[in-house]
Amino acid sequence: MLNVKKLHAGISGKEILKGVDLSISPGEIHAVMGRNGSGKSTLSNVITGKEGYVISKGDIEYKDESIVEWSPEKRALAGIFMSFQYPVVMPGVNNTYFLKAALNSKLKNNGKKELNAAEFLKLVKEKLNELDMDTSYLQRAVNEGFSGGEKKRNEILQMLTLEPELAIMDETDSGLDIDALKIIANGVNKYRNPSRSFLVITHYQRLLRYIKPDFVHVLIDGKFVRSGGKELALELEEKGYEWLEE
Amino acid sequence: MTIQNEQTIIDSNLEKDYEYGFITDIESETIPPGLNEDVIRTISKKKEEPQWLLDWRLKAYRHWLKKEEPKWANIGYPDIDYQSISYFSEPKKKKLASLDEVDPKLLETYNKLGIPLEEQKMLSGVAVDAVFDSVSIATTFKEDLKKAGVIFCSFSEAVKDYPDLVKKYLGTVIPHTDNYFASLNSAVFTDGSFVYIPKGVRCPMELSTYFRINEANTGQFERTLIIADEGSHVSYLEGCTAPMRDENQLHAAVVELVAHKDATIKYSTVQNWYPGDPDTGKGGIYNFVTKRGTCVGENARISWTQVETGSAVTWKYPSCILKGDNSIGEFYSVAVTNNHQQADTGTKMIHLGKNTKSTIISKGISAGLGQQTYRGEVKIMKGADHARNFSQCDSILIGDKCGAHTFPYIDVRNPSAQMEHEATTSNIGEDQLFYCNQRGISSEDAVSMIVNGFCKEVFNELPMEFAVEATKLMEVTLEGSVG
Repeated sequence: MLNVKKLHAGISGKEILKGVDLSISPGEIHAVMGRNGSGKSTLSNVITGKEGYVISKGDIEYKDESIVEWSPEKRALAGIFMSFQYPVVMPGVNNTYFLKAALNSKLKNNGKKELNAAEFLKLVKEKLNELDMDTSYLQRAVNEGFSGGEKKRNEILQMLTLEPELAIMDETDSGLDIDALKIIANGVNKYRNPSRSFLVITHYQRLLRYIKPDFVHVLIDGKFVRSGGKELALELEEKGYEWLEE
Repeated sequence: MTIQNEQTIIDSNLEKDYEYGFITDIESETIPPGLNEDVIRTISKKKEEPQWLLDWRLKAYRHWLKKEEPKWANIGYPDIDYQSISYFSEPKKKKLASLDEVDPKLLETYNKLGIPLEEQKMLSGVAVDAVFDSVSIATTFKEDLKKAGVIFCSFSEAVKDYPDLVKKYLGTVIPHTDNYFASLNSAVFTDGSFVYIPKGVRCPMELSTYFRINEANTGQFERTLIIADEGSHVSYLEGCTAPMRDENQLHAAVVELVAHKDATIKYSTVQNWYPGDPDTGKGGIYNFVTKRGTCVGENARISWTQVETGSAVTWKYPSCILKGDNSIGEFYSVAVTNNHQQADTGTKMIHLGKNTKSTIISKGISAGLGQQTYRGEVKIMKGADHARNFSQCDSILIGDKCGAHTFPYIDVRNPSAQMEHEATTSNIGEDQLFYCNQRGISSEDAVSMIVNGFCKEVFNELPMEFAVEATKLMEVTLEGSVG
């Protein structure tokens, strides 16, 4: 699914990722853990193609194709989704309209029939139900006046609607209370299947209590210093990051 | 997206041609260029005007001669040579009984502009007084309006058929001495629209006029006068596009609104005149407009809604004088400046009566090399107890070569006044674009979505048919201007 090979990348002339290797197979959940400033967000931004990041060495392959030259849009349409750490506010842009435009853009790209308003509404209401969200979301502007929890839920709503194959969860747990966290983890777990993969990026291990990763990687100063199974997350919680920092 | 890509997109937008740039080839009768008292006499004579109107024109002309062209606005343009302008032009074929007699080429022009008169008559319920150059050619829906007692005709007709009404109201809101361009208009105006809504009548349909400047080198000087008598209601739409020309075309219109007790006038504009050559800015329309309404009686309401996407230079401040107690003035504006366009626009709300209320919502969008200024004045006079104003001026910048400026003037002379002013300036952020891109939405669709969201409060004020047109216009105007 995703192959990150010896990746060196940075922004504004500063190298942040210093040789990252990551291989995610279909159906796997990988967690990347690290402190602030370790390069977690750079990794997700480079995979999704955010402007300003420069890859100096290495490659990113998605379904066996190098995507480093692809536009963010092309990557998204190919099935890469990111749940944003800070979902962006779009004043006046209706949430339903936004989501419908996104879904139809994807359907069109895949040569499928676009949904009309009624078909879309039916679909999105099912998804709202799964996330315990009420229909008032549909009338609001994208993330405008949303609480932290509402924003993150809205991200998951988008994920469930757009049905990506690779979902990157960038610090999805930050700013969430335990109930919201459970609902979101629930959404992710239901969404999980053998052809869908997740890259869960987090500072703390508490999200990993609810979303069980297959692999855990510890990112320190732009490198994976250790990789292991889910028990590594528990070990980190107990010992902190210090014991891995040399 | 790399920075280089963005630059290409911005540059390709600068190359975008004006969609409505075409010239209709019709013989016109034009007075030779130049301005003097004889020209004014000729205009007045051609229009078979009464002596009082000629005298008024001459008074305005003499006043204009003494005035200086205003230079305080935040705009720059080459000097206008008023002697090189021809002050009167009309298509040769005139007196027409029905649309069948209209020059097919003219009808074709309207069709290109998306104004199929025939269908529009039946489908949209909009009466259209189409102004081609300076003379009204076709007026529809007259009958229905007549039944309601509504007068909706060209200004020239009104001078002939309702001289008393014209004489009573002309220049009462915008006197012939008001400002340089208003004085010029008063002296040389050729035609425009006249509306009178009698007491207690709710105008049965939206009244609409489409303007089009066609004759090269011909200044257009429209004069519009709308009177809403006690308890009446009218919604008036004005929309325009102009063909491509190399010479700058001056447009100095005057619109006067009079709202009596309990009356409401809603005036909506979609303006899409030729903005000039995308690379040099050459050839666009100079739009110097004076628009003002007076709420004469209590509980009167005047609402201006404008979507300004065209013209090389725009100088325009639709204003309200709130004389009657409890009267309401509103200004909803979306202005777009792209490429070399410049706009200095805003409003004035003058509160005289008690409990008067005004609302200003201004949305400015700058892209390319566009420069835009919001200039608004709110004046609360001594007798205006408990007057209230809410102003909100938001600007959005697309790219890093454009500018947005805000000049609010506030003058409060009554301590019971309540004023609120909010202003924001933001970029269409990389973050917003990336967010859309990450959801599979193209940058162009994203810009259109963000801009339309930004303008929503204003678009909501537009009548349905205009709202659709406005949304489309924004897309066309900003296509590719991702930054």
